[in-house]
Amino acid sequence: MGQGFFLLFAAGAVITALTVVLARNPVHSALALMACFLQISAIFVLLEAPLLAVVQIFVYVGAIMVLFLFVIMMIDVREAMLQRFLPGRNLPALVLLLLLGVEMLALVFWSGRFSAAEPIAPRGGDQVRQLSTTLFADYLLPFEVASIILLAALVGAIVLARKESG
Amino acid sequence: MVPLWWYISLAVVLFVIGAAGVLLRRNILVVLMSLELLLNSVNINFIAFGRYYDDFRGQIFAIFVIAITAAEVAVALGILVALVRNKSTLKIDDVTTMKG
Repeated sequence: MGQGFFLLFAAGAVITALTVVLARNPVHSALALMACFLQISAIFVLLEAPLLAVVQIFVYVGAIMVLFLFVIMMIDVREAMLQRFLPGRNLPALVLLLLLGVEMLALVFWSGRFSAAEPIAPRGGDQVRQLSTTLFADYLLPFEVASIILLAALVGAIVLARKESG
Repeated sequence: MVPLWWYISLAVVLFVIGAAGVLLRRNILVVLMSLELLLNSVNINFIAFGRYYDDFRGQIFAIFVIAITAAEVAVALGILVALVRNKSTLKIDDVTTMKG
């Protein structure tokens, strides 16, 4: 049951990710990326992290992809569609990517630590409550730092995208 | 149940696809989207390890990764809009001013 759902969502995620990289039109890439984020949030549900699944949909599909689509509409993407990939000399990058993938998979299969078939039984109780207690008690300082980073990024984005008139 | 290495293999495949997009594509927008794909594959790893070893820190790190990603996308798209206004190009090999 869980395995079938996992294979379904994983296949969907991989296919849409390939579409992101291979699509000629950036709008198609953005929509495929949105579909990929939905599959990944379904995988978060399979991992029993419902809060993260909802946050994924809110932040990625709701905010980040809308930002991407707004920027795509603001600027002219037609001339960028003519050529998909960097011209020439792609062989080193391809070899590097193949090496990276093979190396990571070999390490995962070689090591016995990743072969755990069953998750450790959860402690029980309300998962979201425990998660928020951990977040707001033990990780309060990183949480505040993250909020300051978001504020700085907001101000920085406004300053960067503003017209130079003064 | 799904074994742990299935999740890690999925994350590896998504990471390689995203890295291919960053290294090979010519359009700056698609490069930024591939960057999102990279960060998401790392998030899958965080949450899978947190689930299989019963540790909340995986989910907490994933939340922080999502927050930093939102900040990164806002700044990157601001820079992109400023770039298009100044140089009117979306090709990544036209923006090599700092290459010397």
